[in-house]
Amino acid sequence: MLEMSNISKIYQMGDESLYALQDVSLRVAEGEFVAIIGPSGSGKSTLMNLIGCLDVPSTGTYKLDGKDVSDLSGDQQAVIRNEKIGFIFQNFNLLTKLTALENVELPLLYRNTSSDERRRRALDALKQVGLSDRAGHKPMELSGGQQQRVAIARALAGDPPILLADEPIGNLDSTSGKEVTDLMHSLHRQGHTIILITHNQEQANEASRKVSLYDGRIISDQKVCHESDADTQAASASAPDGKRVSQ
Amino acid sequence: MNLLQALKMGLSGIAANKMRSVLTMLGIIIGVAAVIILVSLTTGATQSITDRISSMGSNLLMVNVFGRGNIGSLTEAEMNDWREREDIAYLAPIINGNQEVKAGTETISANIVGTVDDYLLMNSLTLSAGRSLADMDILGRTHVAVIGSEIADTLYEGEDPLDKILKVSGVNFKVVGLLESSGSSMTGSNDTRVLIPYTTVQRLLQNARISQVTIGVAEAEQVPAVKSYLESELLSKYGSSDYFNIFDQTELLSTLAETTALMALLVGGIAGISLLVGGIGIMNIMLVSVTERTREIGIRKAIGAKKRHILSQFLVESVVLSCTGGLIGIAAGIGITRLVGMLVTDLNGLVSPSVVAIAFGFSAAIGIIFGVYPANKASSLNPIDALRYQ
Repeated sequence: MLEMSNISKIYQMGDESLYALQDVSLRVAEGEFVAIIGPSGSGKSTLMNLIGCLDVPSTGTYKLDGKDVSDLSGDQQAVIRNEKIGFIFQNFNLLTKLTALENVELPLLYRNTSSDERRRRALDALKQVGLSDRAGHKPMELSGGQQQRVAIARALAGDPPILLADEPIGNLDSTSGKEVTDLMHSLHRQGHTIILITHNQEQANEASRKVSLYDGRIISDQKVCHESDADTQAASASAPDGKRVSQ
Repeated sequence: MNLLQALKMGLSGIAANKMRSVLTMLGIIIGVAAVIILVSLTTGATQSITDRISSMGSNLLMVNVFGRGNIGSLTEAEMNDWREREDIAYLAPIINGNQEVKAGTETISANIVGTVDDYLLMNSLTLSAGRSLADMDILGRTHVAVIGSEIADTLYEGEDPLDKILKVSGVNFKVVGLLESSGSSMTGSNDTRVLIPYTTVQRLLQNARISQVTIGVAEAEQVPAVKSYLESELLSKYGSSDYFNIFDQTELLSTLAETTALMALLVGGIAGISLLVGGIGIMNIMLVSVTERTREIGIRKAIGAKKRHILSQFLVESVVLSCTGGLIGIAAGIGITRLVGMLVTDLNGLVSPSVVAIAFGFSAAIGIIFGVYPANKASSLNPIDALRYQ
């Protein structure tokens, strides 16, 4: 699904080269729920920008859904973002002047989708996040949790293979955060591939796999065992090195 | 994304800032309206002048001679020769100047024209009372005057001016005729004119020079023949065409048309500058709008908007602004032109479709030209930076 090999991102600061990411390799299979965790300055955001095709790596190759996307022009990146990535941002990033429905329709607007089709799919996506009855509301008329759910509906509307969430509950109170987290888990169970960027260990532990970044490098990559699926994973947990999948 | 959606997006962008949009459009509205009003009034004025000249008949010739002393004068013999020709129907020597005229204690500035009866016929002037200048007045150098209606109204208010005394630079004249009011002509108002025998003027001024003669040709098609006859006559007399000129109506009309076309262009050009200023206003506002909406642009780009999507969104906005301004400007321009026509007599604007089309085309072009830079700036934003923008 997603395959990064030996990716580096270098920023030139005057004479000095700053490695935001150094020799990072990462594979994410379909249906995985991967949390990328690290303190600020660890290269999380850079990695997210690269995964989300907002930026291109300085060296290394990045294959997304079987397509090499490591060296694309701005417009080509836009197409990939539109078709392959569903963004969920910390601060929701909804367009305040549009209604929830119009916001959800946005990704389809930049494809050649008929207006009927657009509406139908947007309504479907809103239904999926349980906000069918808020379709006509503007973001300001919705609670934080609802806004983030609209943003998730927007990410879902284009039916992308990957959902990329950047601190999705960072701006939410615990109740709304729980709401959004539950929604992401249910999407995962439905088979969506989710990549979650966070600095919160607790949240990262809820994912099925945890990738830790520090200082531009991946320092650990491990499967996470959950109480909820403890029964199914009990056998593997007891096995030696059962948690570790790769270095 | 098709044009319709781009249009919808642009319109909602404009609607989001109504007051600002209206103020931005105002620049274009004023510019377009100014172009239409000024050019329409100029062409309207031109039209009314040319109409008036053509109404005088197209078979008039104006002969002017220059030069010193008696050389620069037409003689009685010459004029008589010309009068005898069958293709010349009328001939009127003209000696004119502006003078104060008096009756009792009233004074008014008048245009004194020393001439003959033919002058009235050629200028389509009619008498409302009394008689015209007669041959015996010319021969006898009598002190008689035919006066315009405004002179009569001012000097002899409420009285019958006939047989009253009129003082022209201290010399008494007897009013024998009264002209009907006929408004102004190319050479000034006919209503403030005082016509007296040219021979009388010659005596009073102690100057026998006749340097200007108006000739009425019998048939319009004879004009070229008469003109060339006069030219050859005068050429043999003076030896050079520098000492005289002969104007016919068509020549006069074309000179006038040239002058006023230039005038319209000049006036339109000045108004066009305000249109340009309006365009700069649009660019200014669009740049502000791009900065304000950096985050929106970032979101749209992250979600998959290509460069051209953002470009068209902002370009549509500026073009809609300028075109709407253009349309309102056209309506305002035509309205004000009509209003001026109603309020000011003799100034009927003529709104030509080509001026409207040019003004509108220009405003649309301004929307594109001044929209490209901000729209391009918006579409070139880096989505990462734009998303981070607060």
